[in-house]
Amino acid sequence: MTFTLAQEVWRWEVVWEFLPEIAWGMAFTVLATVIGITVAMVLGLVLALLRRSQIKAIRWPTISIIEFIRSTPLLVQLLFLFPLVLPGSRVPTAAFVTLVVGLALHYGAYTSESYRAGIESVDRGQWEASIALNLAPATKWTRVILPQAIPTVIPALGNYLVAMVKDAPLGIAIGAFGILTVASGLGSQTFRFTEAYGVMGLLFLAVSLPLALFARYLEKRYGFERT
Amino acid sequence: MASRSWGRDAVLTWDQFSRIAFDGGVITVSVFVMAAVLGTVLSLLFGIMGLSESRLFRGISRIYVEVARGASAIVLVFFAAFAAPRFIGFRTSDVSVTLFGIDVGWVFIAGAVALGINMGGYGAEVVRGGIKSIPRGQTEASISLSLTNGQRLRYVILPQAVMTMLPPYGNLNIEVMKGTALVSLIGVADMTFFARDLFNRRNFLENGPSLVVIWGTALVLYFIVSQAIAAFYRWQERRFGGRWFGGRL
Repeated sequence: MTFTLAQEVWRWEVVWEFLPEIAWGMAFTVLATVIGITVAMVLGLVLALLRRSQIKAIRWPTISIIEFIRSTPLLVQLLFLFPLVLPGSRVPTAAFVTLVVGLALHYGAYTSESYRAGIESVDRGQWEASIALNLAPATKWTRVILPQAIPTVIPALGNYLVAMVKDAPLGIAIGAFGILTVASGLGSQTFRFTEAYGVMGLLFLAVSLPLALFARYLEKRYGFERT
Repeated sequence: MASRSWGRDAVLTWDQFSRIAFDGGVITVSVFVMAAVLGTVLSLLFGIMGLSESRLFRGISRIYVEVARGASAIVLVFFAAFAAPRFIGFRTSDVSVTLFGIDVGWVFIAGAVALGINMGGYGAEVVRGGIKSIPRGQTEASISLSLTNGQRLRYVILPQAVMTMLPPYGNLNIEVMKGTALVSLIGVADMTFFARDLFNRRNFLENGPSLVVIWGTALVLYFIVSQAIAAFYRWQERRFGGRWFGGRL
């Protein structure tokens, strides 16, 4: 690629040249998000249950960890995790793994709060009935509480999915391959920052807007009427 | 290489700590305050426009909200820092911004403005929700008292909506503060930047701090700022709650 420092701000042939490469980066960003949200959904539920534990030695550490993760920036968390993941693996792999782990932990802490709200929204009578029927704790949770709690959590999870897609490009801070890594690489190789970041912004909207619509659909489908 | 991250000093020296906490902290807080002020103005503007009777205004507000939220904070930050100057047509080196005697440059403005625009997208929804939560009777009463639209908003609707808006607005502020860590990626010397700087230099130090200590310190510092913001909004909530439910209402 040989581009001169041209005066025109926006050149379409540059856009077409950049598009496939940036889209390839986007694929990795989306991949990190898909794995991340899957883990976060499970982790959030586990954290929410641990948080409800009767044992103080489990409850308080869980609450502190959730609160700490929620009030510190994901970027710094990634930089903290990277050297912990790095030993014994190749840098690109470690960076991608760190990104996925960081996203999962960060959003796990967020989703746990939604799960908690969902669990608490289950009617008191349901809990009492479980006791009255002498259900084992496992039966109570898997057959009574969670089937009623989880639908109320789905809209919130959808919103976190959208938020996570937007946080995934942060991988650039540790060198994880993704949309921003590609765009900023192309930009600095060719000095065509306008096209590189412009294409990136548009591709981003192309992914995040449909996801936002999907989240809104989930909200309509499962959400409560809050008045 | 990796094994060298372990077995180093367990604490930072005072000099290293103060660079991250104070030199960096001042910039982190400044970016946050600038972004929050711009974000609040945009939130109010577009939140109120979103409830306008004019379809044009509603449409403009809708587009703004979707774009500001749809493009992620980091994308906006990079776009503002590197692409926007070319669109507008100026050299970033010509822009000089001095803050507390340090030339922080265009990237500082770019970072704060990008975060502010991003915040405005979320904030507009908070404002819209807060205003919509006020019972219709209040609007009807204001109309029957023949208040103008501006007076109705200023003296009747907004003061009541503040109670509903404060908790989500406080959370949004914390999100924005966390977002300020992104500006380190475009070269603004905030807390993350200085932590990263120390991290880059530590290989040349005889017995530098371990990576976990450097980033752990940064995390704790961000945690402290977050808690300070949270405490501020809890205080505001108590203040407004007392005013409306204990006193004059």
